[in-house]
Amino acid sequence: MFSIMLALVMLQESPAENIDWDKEFDVEETVRDPVTGEFPIEPFSQDNANAGAEPFDNAKIARYFGGQEGIRKIAERTVELSEQDPRISAIFVARDTVRLKRTLFEQFCYLLNAGCDYSGRDMMAAHAGLGVKMADLNALVENLQQAMGEQDVPFAVQNRFLAKLAPMSKDVVTR
Amino acid sequence: MARLLSFAAFILSIAASPSYAAANEGDLLNGGKLVLTNAVSSIEGASGGGIATWATISGLETDGGIGVTGHVTMIELPDYGWQSQGVAIGIANRVELSYARQNFDTRDVGTTMGVGQGFTLNQDVFAAKLRLAGDLVYGEPLLPQISVGVQHKRNLDGAVTTAVGANSANGTDFILSASKLILSQSLLVSATARYTEANQTGLLGFGSAAGKGYDFQFEGSLAYQLSRRAVIGAEMRTKPDNLGLGEDDWMDLFAAYAVTDNVTVTAAYADLGSIATFENQRGAFLSAQIAF
Repeated sequence: MFSIMLALVMLQESPAENIDWDKEFDVEETVRDPVTGEFPIEPFSQDNANAGAEPFDNAKIARYFGGQEGIRKIAERTVELSEQDPRISAIFVARDTVRLKRTLFEQFCYLLNAGCDYSGRDMMAAHAGLGVKMADLNALVENLQQAMGEQDVPFAVQNRFLAKLAPMSKDVVTR
Repeated sequence: MARLLSFAAFILSIAASPSYAAANEGDLLNGGKLVLTNAVSSIEGASGGGIATWATISGLETDGGIGVTGHVTMIELPDYGWQSQGVAIGIANRVELSYARQNFDTRDVGTTMGVGQGFTLNQDVFAAKLRLAGDLVYGEPLLPQISVGVQHKRNLDGAVTTAVGANSANGTDFILSASKLILSQSLLVSATARYTEANQTGLLGFGSAAGKGYDFQFEGSLAYQLSRRAVIGAEMRTKPDNLGLGEDDWMDLFAAYAVTDNVTVTAAYADLGSIATFENQRGAFLSAQIAF
């Protein structure tokens, strides 16, 4: 096997020095927005309904989360924990986590009635092609629980929030 | 052409590399369920509460995996001692296959019954459960996880079951369960209908020589989640009285704690009522479960 591969490698003609490989393969380099630090995405119609659930009808729950500041910490911490989580870190490699932290914050903030609009895509579009399994979603939930716990959100309140998110599983888990 | 060949060789070398193969077989015993959502092992070995069966599937596996569970349970009663142990396999959070062995020590009652002091009634329970629809945690809030199950019980002391007037030493229960964790309330609600002719879950045989047989019984559980790892609750289970010995419904108050993601301990106060005319059988229920 090895000798065959070696022979095949030897057979290769060496490429010319001055080829623009990006051009050769139609690779377009995307660059982060200098202001937001996010990569551009395909245009879509923006709507709070994309958040995937109706928000709470008052801001009582949001106060347990520490308002917008606490919600932002929880959303960012959830992403950070997940990036470090060997069970699911591969899903976040090559994802725009700068954008994810912002949109996750907006989604949480909107659902918790803490005074935000959600500017991200709907759950199905946002998770299309990620190949998320049920075990991956469970790992993410655990990370969110840890992040909420670190902000001293009482467990029963955590569950009230998770109740908003749980029905979205059908759009998130795709295999 | 050479470029194409080398590309094909490159793809082949990736496909044959061990790391690629490893990525595909990682789901066996790999866990993935949320803590406690595999529930604990009921006295019949199926996933559930202590005395009630739930619609849950044992093991920590999710969609693509296989999980295993082992448990031991003891119930210390005024006149009897219950001890049971069992194993269960969960397949893809869809199918559960379980086996439990129940040993019921009659202690001094054995003398009264004429079978001898400390006579122990033994029973094997072979069970299967299939999740039909829904999810305990996710999906539509009003759609519970729904499972059907069958539990085939083989009492190993046919002479005793005949002596107390049972029709048979073997029997099969048919089960329909619905369970849901209502996150907004941190409440787990479970209801089960059991079509059975078992006397004292089969320890005193099945049906009666006088012709009493199958009937529907109910099992219900209500549990409150205190944290990711702790839950407290109450259960009840109705039972028939085919033998005319005053068999009572059962109830318990329980607390379960996931010591680690794999180990769950359950402690309960169980009221098993009258058993073979010996009344007020109330005592401590202790169970330990290990799951992967």
